[in-house]
Amino acid sequence: MNGRAAVADVELPDVGELDRSPFERRALRNLLLTAGIWLAAVIASVPLFSVLYLLVVRGGSRLSIEALTALPPAGFEMGGGFGNAIVGTIVMVGIAGLISVPVGVAAAVFLAEIGPLSRLSRATRFAAKTLTGLPSVLAGVFAYAAVVLTTGSYSAPAGGLALAVLMVPIVVLTAEEAIRAVPRITRDAAYGMGCTRMQVAWKVLLPTALPGILTGVMLAVARAAGETAPLLFTALFSSYWLFEGGQARLMQPTASLAVLIYNFSGMPFENQIELAWAASLVLVLMVLVINVVSRLIGRPRV
Amino acid sequence: MAHAMATTTAERSRREATNGTTAAAAASTAVIDCRLEQVHYGGFLAVRDSHLQIQKGRITGFIGPSGCGKSTVLRSLNRMNDLIRGFRLQGQVRFHGTDVYARHVDPVAVRRHIGMVFQQPNPFSMSIFDNVAFGLRLNRFKGNIPERVERALRQAALWDEVKDKLKHSGLSLSGGQQQRLCIARAVATEPAVLLMDEPCSALDPIATRRIEELMLQLKQQYTIAIVTHNMQQAQRVADVTAFFSVDITRGSRTGYLVEVGPTQQVFESPAETMTKEYVSGHFS
Repeated sequence: MNGRAAVADVELPDVGELDRSPFERRALRNLLLTAGIWLAAVIASVPLFSVLYLLVVRGGSRLSIEALTALPPAGFEMGGGFGNAIVGTIVMVGIAGLISVPVGVAAAVFLAEIGPLSRLSRATRFAAKTLTGLPSVLAGVFAYAAVVLTTGSYSAPAGGLALAVLMVPIVVLTAEEAIRAVPRITRDAAYGMGCTRMQVAWKVLLPTALPGILTGVMLAVARAAGETAPLLFTALFSSYWLFEGGQARLMQPTASLAVLIYNFSGMPFENQIELAWAASLVLVLMVLVINVVSRLIGRPRV
Repeated sequence: MAHAMATTTAERSRREATNGTTAAAAASTAVIDCRLEQVHYGGFLAVRDSHLQIQKGRITGFIGPSGCGKSTVLRSLNRMNDLIRGFRLQGQVRFHGTDVYARHVDPVAVRRHIGMVFQQPNPFSMSIFDNVAFGLRLNRFKGNIPERVERALRQAALWDEVKDKLKHSGLSLSGGQQQRLCIARAVATEPAVLLMDEPCSALDPIATRRIEELMLQLKQQYTIAIVTHNMQQAQRVADVTAFFSVDITRGSRTGYLVEVGPTQQVFESPAETMTKEYVSGHFS
């Protein structure tokens, strides 16, 4: 009886009190802030879309089979393309990937699973975080000293190493995050089945974390493919094919899209400037394709 | 908790004596002889004085209030606690006569012979088939893997539900199915003992019932030790019940074994007042 009396005592809202009142302070503030956030999101995407628009308009007109397959033109020459630069970019990013992915993922396994609290881990994590902010030109200086000076020539491996220096920290940090994100209970299951630590890492953690790791690798590849500064004094540039007559001339100066864009955009020739635009579009499309492919591969299968 | 205080050494030896009669009858069939003196996590004494045997072909149920150390004891049997920082164990866990904590013993090898099913279903993020084949491949099993996978899935009463989608991810199954998949994964390598740490606590009553039926079937081939929060579950499935409690009189929360015996005896005529109060629902 007591309980019922107490319920009756609670004041019920009057009719209309639950209706929307759009001009109340609270509702107005909500509306304004929501609009502000929408605006911020739009502003944030403006640079990307304006760049894409400009690239498609100015680079698209020059895009042709010739542009993709021919060698760069010299001086007043008309026509030509940047086929060797595409090959050079792919080869050097490939070399960088071959170096940075195994090293980076292995380091990430150590950081995430083997000794997450060890002194070595702290030092490595600190170094990786610092390296992500490293001016890319310094990666070039490092590769110049390590490879160009010792081998005596500008080369694709020198460029690859410079790019690898930039990729490693990105791979390490994103792969560590991805491995850490594997649930504790999944690790328990693996250890409970009688896995050694390496088997836990290799058979369970890496496959489970694969989508996250691939995302990190792709971020790194995207960053490396667009870098110009580290290649300027490691791979330099070349107007010739990297592979010719069945021979790979890896230890020669090597062309890349980024350096070609850098070189050609500053030239006083209309033809070269058009090619620089087209090359920019190709570079962006390459990064885009890599991203899409990595998402398809890394998609969790259910 | 006055009872805990009153648990004298004399009482304990009497308990072990009563316990000993049943143990003696089954002495030759004990697969695991657990003689834990103390288990620490860092400076914290988590479990003390817990002596019990896991008998072949039986289901041993561990019951007791939260924090009584029943999971710690279970996970000590296959050295899963080694993964926890600061874990230290005094005592012995004899598995077929070998102390699994002896210096020369490899914990990885122990876990391959003593399988485990966890509280949360935790299939790997791979296909149903690969989940069950995982242990076989790990042990470089040379025989017919598909055949063994099918057998394990049948034993786990999951075959009919998944036989047409063995390539689907193990994570696509429902919670109860995932737990049965984990059981299939554990039994595929035919472990000597199967440890189950509250395997039904994340499941609904229907899925729980299926797992319980499954345990009764698995008992014909496997030795099982199960931790459960649910006394009815212990009564339904366990042949032997071990009751643990918490001792908070020493300024800490230390779990210990109060008594162990045939389930019916523990529930109907327990030797200890503590057990009696717990099984009759006076505290939990």
